[in-house]
Amino acid sequence: MAFVNVRNLTYAYPLTKQPALQDINLQIEEGEFVALIGANGAGKSTLCYALAGFVPHFFKGELQGEVEADGKLSSQSTLSEWTLNVGLTFQNPFNQISGAKYTVFEEIAFGLENIGVPREEIKVRVEEALALTDIRELARRSPYSLSGGQQQRVALTSILVMRPKLLVLDEPTSQMDPVGAKEVFSAVRKLAQEGMTVVMAEHKTEWIARFADRVVALKEGRILMQGAPREVLTSDLLFENGFGVSRYTSAAREARRRGLWTKKSLPVSLDEAAEGFGAIR
Amino acid sequence: MNIEIKSLHFAYPDGTEALKGISLTIASGEQIAIVGQNGAGKTTLARHLNGLLKPSGGTVFVGDWETTQHPVAKLAARVGYVFQNPDEQLFSRDVLTEVSFGPRNLGYAKEKVDALAQRALALTELSEKTEVNPYDLSPTWRKMVALASIIAMDTPIVVFDEPTTGQDAANVARIARVVAELKREGKTVIAITHDIDFCAENFERVVALSRGQILLDGATRDVLGQEAVLAQTYVEPPQLTRLGKRLGLKETVVNQEELLQALKK
Ligand SMILES: Nc1ncnc2c1ncn2[C@@H]1O[C@H](COP(=O)(O)OP(=O)(O)O)[C@@H](O)[C@H]1O
Ligand SMILES: Nc1ncnc2c1ncn2[C@@H]1O[C@H](COP(=O)(O)OP(=O)(O)O)[C@@H](O)[C@H]1O
Ligand SMILES: [Mg+2]
Ligand SMILES: [Mg+2]
Repeated sequence: MAFVNVRNLTYAYPLTKQPALQDINLQIEEGEFVALIGANGAGKSTLCYALAGFVPHFFKGELQGEVEADGKLSSQSTLSEWTLNVGLTFQNPFNQISGAKYTVFEEIAFGLENIGVPREEIKVRVEEALALTDIRELARRSPYSLSGGQQQRVALTSILVMRPKLLVLDEPTSQMDPVGAKEVFSAVRKLAQEGMTVVMAEHKTEWIARFADRVVALKEGRILMQGAPREVLTSDLLFENGFGVSRYTSAAREARRRGLWTKKSLPVSLDEAAEGFGAIR
Repeated sequence: MNIEIKSLHFAYPDGTEALKGISLTIASGEQIAIVGQNGAGKTTLARHLNGLLKPSGGTVFVGDWETTQHPVAKLAARVGYVFQNPDEQLFSRDVLTEVSFGPRNLGYAKEKVDALAQRALALTELSEKTEVNPYDLSPTWRKMVALASIIAMDTPIVVFDEPTTGQDAANVARIARVVAELKREGKTVIAITHDIDFCAENFERVVALSRGQILLDGATRDVLGQEAVLAQTYVEPPQLTRLGKRLGLKETVVNQEELLQALKK
């Protein structure tokens, strides 16, 4: 039995006609790292909200079908029950900051305080989380006096510290510097290996190809294609639908058009691109 | 209109030293990308260009104006600044009003305001969305509105703070077209970005900041080829530059055409 089961999910926001999600069926195994890709408006954030219980508990509107995680249905749990197991980082990290705390350390401890974790354990877990996302030096700063990328790291850390069984990340690296972004992918990969189930909406296909187990491509609220990263990210279907892919893939596709690239498959990584283009030289 | 920054220092009220001696000359009509790790001081630097922040030490000149000597409202006629977070910038109830606000505020006549707004809307492909409330748009389209509302002011210098953040491939391509058009019009474009591939493909000069100081400054190819130095500020060279290096190409390639040409040799 999969850890997450989304069955026939169709959802429209209040006062809208066109559903933001249509007929979504998705099974995710425990410890799997799934990347969601798609153009602006494809439904990535809405699917994140549905997995995290914000649809239907916070965003009302019209819902059919169901979302199940860890054997429970989101419609039959309250939002606070659901968020004990499921953590979400918002696309805009600013929306995540509680406003109740003066330092980054306290901000990250806030969720643990709320569920009554003892003081000593809080300290240990916050230190651990700060190390994981490499923001120990920000611990004493005010969450409001940070740069955008720093805020995004704080938002991510405040979810990781809760150790959710299902981690839902909505473009968590959008404002991060390139190396920081890659480190987040790599940290998430490790968490998945340790058993955390992860769904991440992202655009950075180089790191998706390297770190994710599966890619789900959304278009206009429906799943267009899903499968192993390499298969999805090099497919003609994605290309024809205008999805962003890595420069390795698009350069090889162009080289193939000019008769330079002769390998059957297109590359998704630096290694594969180096191998394929190396053969041309 | 040149920008001349001399020994710029800046500390926030809480004591955080964000800029520690920046000197930079930007010539009229240049396209510059500013890269560097989170917290390097990119936004702080950008906010000095339109006078939102005033130096704690050193000077910033925009043309013949020193920014401390002129109010932000005046500087707005010379430097347009698109915020990293559009929600700090947008406040009107529909897109057209939002985009017209800047030029109107600069005191232009109604016909000119309308013309500038329509041009900015066309350039950002927002012409179909003029009646929508910006807050009913997705965050990514709100960013495009923020961009349009600054372009509409028709300033000789435009500063974009992380314009491609969270954008899909189609919007990144739109933003690239905007940069190209502004270049064609002879405007100075300064963009802060983490998208190094976008940077390589659309800018001729790159400045890398690290911990409040300039780490590298030069032609795009020269800066983005320096993998080890860039790593100090958490930046990696573009994908195709890394690929060219791996393939042992003698010259640094920064885009697809250069790579394919180099391979033919
Ligand atoms: N709060 C909302 N109210 C009404 N419509 C919304 C809301 N949020 C998103 N939408 C719409 O739902 C669709 C999917 O949006 P979203 O899930 O944000 O896409 P993505 O995250 O892939 O960019 C879009 O058409 C968007 O305009
Ligand atoms: N309002 C503020 N108050 C105090 N410190 C700030 C404020 N805004 C930014 N900083 C700090 O100044 C430094 C530079 O920030 P910023 O210019 O936003 O960086 P960047 O845009 O390169 O990510 C960082 O250490 C950041 O935490
Ligand atoms: Mg989204
Ligand atoms: Mg910034």
